[in-house]
Parts: sequence; C-alpha cells; structure tokens
Amino acid sequence: MTRMADTDAAQVALVLGGDPDAFRVLVERHGRRLFRLAYRMTGNEHDAEEIVQDAFLRAYRRLDRFEARSNFGTWLYRICANCALDLMRRQRADQTRREPAPRDDDPDASDPLEAAASADPGPERLVLSAELGAGVRAAMNSLSATERAAFLLRHVEGFSIEEIARSLGLNTGATKNSVFRAVQKLRRHLDPLVSAAR
Amino acid sequence: MNHLDEQRLIEYAGGDAGNAVAIERHLRECDGCRENYEALRRVLEAARALPVPEPDAGYEARLWHRLGPQLEPRKVYLDWREWFSMRRLAPAGAVAVLVLAAFLAGRFWPRPTGSGQSAGGGQTESLSHLPQVRERILLVAVGDHLDRAQSILLEISNAEPGAAPGKEVDISREQQRAEDLLAANRLYRQTAQRTGDAPVADVLGELEPLLLEIANSPTKVSAADFEGLRRRIEASGLLLKVRILDSTVHEREKAHAAAQPQHSS
Repeated sequence: MTRMADTDAAQVALVLGGDPDAFRVLVERHGRRLFRLAYRMTGNEHDAEEIVQDAFLRAYRRLDRFEARSNFGTWLYRICANCALDLMRRQRADQTRREPAPRDDDPDASDPLEAAASADPGPERLVLSAELGAGVRAAMNSLSATERAAFLLRHVEGFSIEEIARSLGLNTGATKNSVFRAVQKLRRHLDPLVSAAR
Repeated sequence: MNHLDEQRLIEYAGGDAGNAVAIERHLRECDGCRENYEALRRVLEAARALPVPEPDAGYEARLWHRLGPQLEPRKVYLDWREWFSMRRLAPAGAVAVLVLAAFLAGRFWPRPTGSGQSAGGGQTESLSHLPQVRERILLVAVGDHLDRAQSILLEISNAEPGAAPGKEVDISREQQRAEDLLAANRLYRQTAQRTGDAPVADVLGELEPLLLEIANSPTKVSAADFEGLRRRIEASGLLLKVRILDSTVHEREKAHAAAQPQHSS
C-alpha cells in the first residue's frame, strides 16, 4: 500500500516536472477503479466513461494542489465523485426541465441489474431476482445525488465518514445523516423484497 | 443494554460504532435486534451486488487516447522566467512578486560572514536590517491574503439562507477566488512554519483544506450542501480566527514600519 502510494507520488512528481506522459501510468493504474465508482453512481457506462475522463482532466489541471503526503488514489476518487455528482445534478435538472418519462419506465433490456438478475451469482452474493434487481434500481434512483454518493462511498467503497465529508464538502454530522437517510430509503424499498428473496 | 436503533445498527454495519463489543453481545442475546440487523445487512448486500460491467482490455488505451491530447504540457516551475511571468503572477497580484523577491533575497542574498564583518563593517551595517524588511513585506502580503480569504468566508457565511431545498447555489465565483488563493496560502504557511511563526502557520493550515474543498467542489452545489459548508465555517470559528490574525498581522506590520526608520537612521 505504501509502496503504491510512493509510486503514485513519484509519478505525480514526474508530471509536475513537465512530463505529461508520466500521467499515463496514473490513468492506467486508477482508471478501472474510477470507472466502477462512476458506474455505480450513474448506472450508465457511457456516462461513467465521460466522468472518468473528466476526473482525470480535472486532476491533471489541479495536480499542483495535490498534497504529496496525501493518498493520490483517494484524492482522485474524491474528484471523480464530484464529477459524477456534477453530471447527475445536471441530468436531473435537464430531466426536470424537459419532464420526460422517468428512467425507471424505460424497459431497456441492457439494464445492468436486469442482466445480473439472469446471470449466475457469485458464491458470496445475494441472488438477484428480476424483481429485486428492479427494486434495487428504483431504490437507488430514489436517493438524492449526495445521498447516493455518501452511501456508495461508505458502504460500497469503504471510505471513512471523514473522507466522505471532505469529498462532498459536508461536515461529519451531515455526512452521517446523508448515509443514514440513504439506508433508510433503501430499506423502505428493499426490506420486503430481500425478505421474499431469502 | 437498550434495543439498538437504526442509526446504531447502520454505524455498526459500517464499522463506525464505538461500542462494537456491547452491540455484538446484544445482537447475540436479542432476537428482535438481530432480525432487524440481518434485514439491514441483506439490504446492504443487495445494494452492493449492483453489478458493474468490466471495461474491455483496451479501456485504458482508449481513455489515454482521448485524454492525452487534452493535457497541456506543464511548465517546469524552476524556470525563473516562468516564475516572473505576468500570467502566472497575476492571480496572486503584485504583492506576490514582493513576497517572492523578499523570500529569494532573504535566501540568496550574500550574508555577512565572520571575516566579512571584520573586513567591512559598513556593509554589515547596511544588510543588518534586511530580515526586518523581509518580514515586513511578508506581513503586508499575508495581511492582504487574509483580507481576501476573509471576504470569501464572509460571503459564504452571510449568504442568503433558506434557498428552496431542491435549488442549487452557484459558488463558481468563490471557487475561482479560492483557487487563486490556494497557492499563495501554501507558500505563506510553509514560510511561516519555516520561520517558526506558529500563529500564522496554524490559521493558514486550517484555512488551506477549506480553500481546497471550495476549489474542488462542483460549481453548483445543492442548498443543503451549501448550508453544510456554511455551518462548518461557523462551527470551526475560522472566520473569527482569520479576523483576529489579520488584525494581529496588521499591528505587527505597523510596528515594523515604525521601527525601521529608527533602525536606518
């Protein structure tokens, strides 16, 4: 872990020393992890790719503000979470303006949760019925962008409350509340479904 | 032990509960709480099971192909012409030029040596007040910096509260100004740390993460997020600390100004 951080710091130093190609190593090292976060936040591959690209671009432009003693991956993750929040808020604002049919009503066969429902589950994973998959999707869509980000960073990505607070520009109390509200909403939607799926 | 409410169960599930041993014991003993916790755990599992498609093998190459051309080559900061170019120095203002000049002068100006003192007492005399001059210039610059930081904090703290819950607050202006102040803040903090000026270093050290957060926030934040930021500034007492330091710095600068003519006479 320390070794990886050292290597990241060394690459950052190379980039700051005027070698943009050194940034490629960081892109290759962190790209997939950022993609997973962006996808979890948006549920859309195309959006996730855009977010990752935007996050790396923002990180490159702000690289001189990165504190060498910090963890580069965590810093990058925060930027990515903010890029995803920006996009989700923009999309929700556009959606409100245009008042289209909600995404939930789109019977898109390529929906990842429905695809997963028919796929073989991993040994440790809950088997997702089609009904449960749709339920998780609806439940995630019921969260605000901040709640979704706070929940995913805490309970999926394993960030500490303090790290999430810094990422989202909230105090720790507000961050805990966002996570709490998110879990409450998820439980309201999913409790009956997960009980039935046992 | 009382029954466990949802907040505690969520904290426990996330590994944030302070009294995990007591909670574990209670979960072993209480069927109701254990069932409630199991239900919570199943919901979290279901949410974590959200499948994520794995990008294909060419993902990184594609990403770099799109990203690479957008990355402007960075200027190496050790290029002195770049240090003194107006484009770079414009955000920090002309004051930064003075600070850098003072800093570099203090660092690289030939200091009188023991033999020099005996050989050229006049030169030693003319250089002896340089540290005071340098400190005074630095104090002027830090005072100016604190004024600017204070105005950002004030704008956020005094912003009209009670925007509609769904509404967003545009902080792009504050963001730009925070970005402009960051590099200077770091330089002043490091200089203060090096010279052992703890009061200045401490306040600038507290200010830096906040400026960083404002600079890295989305340009538009939700009313709730903005309120959170406002409350954080209020709770930290940072505005008051900056104000007090600003006033102290101005006092110190005045004292230096008053002392210098006597010194040079």
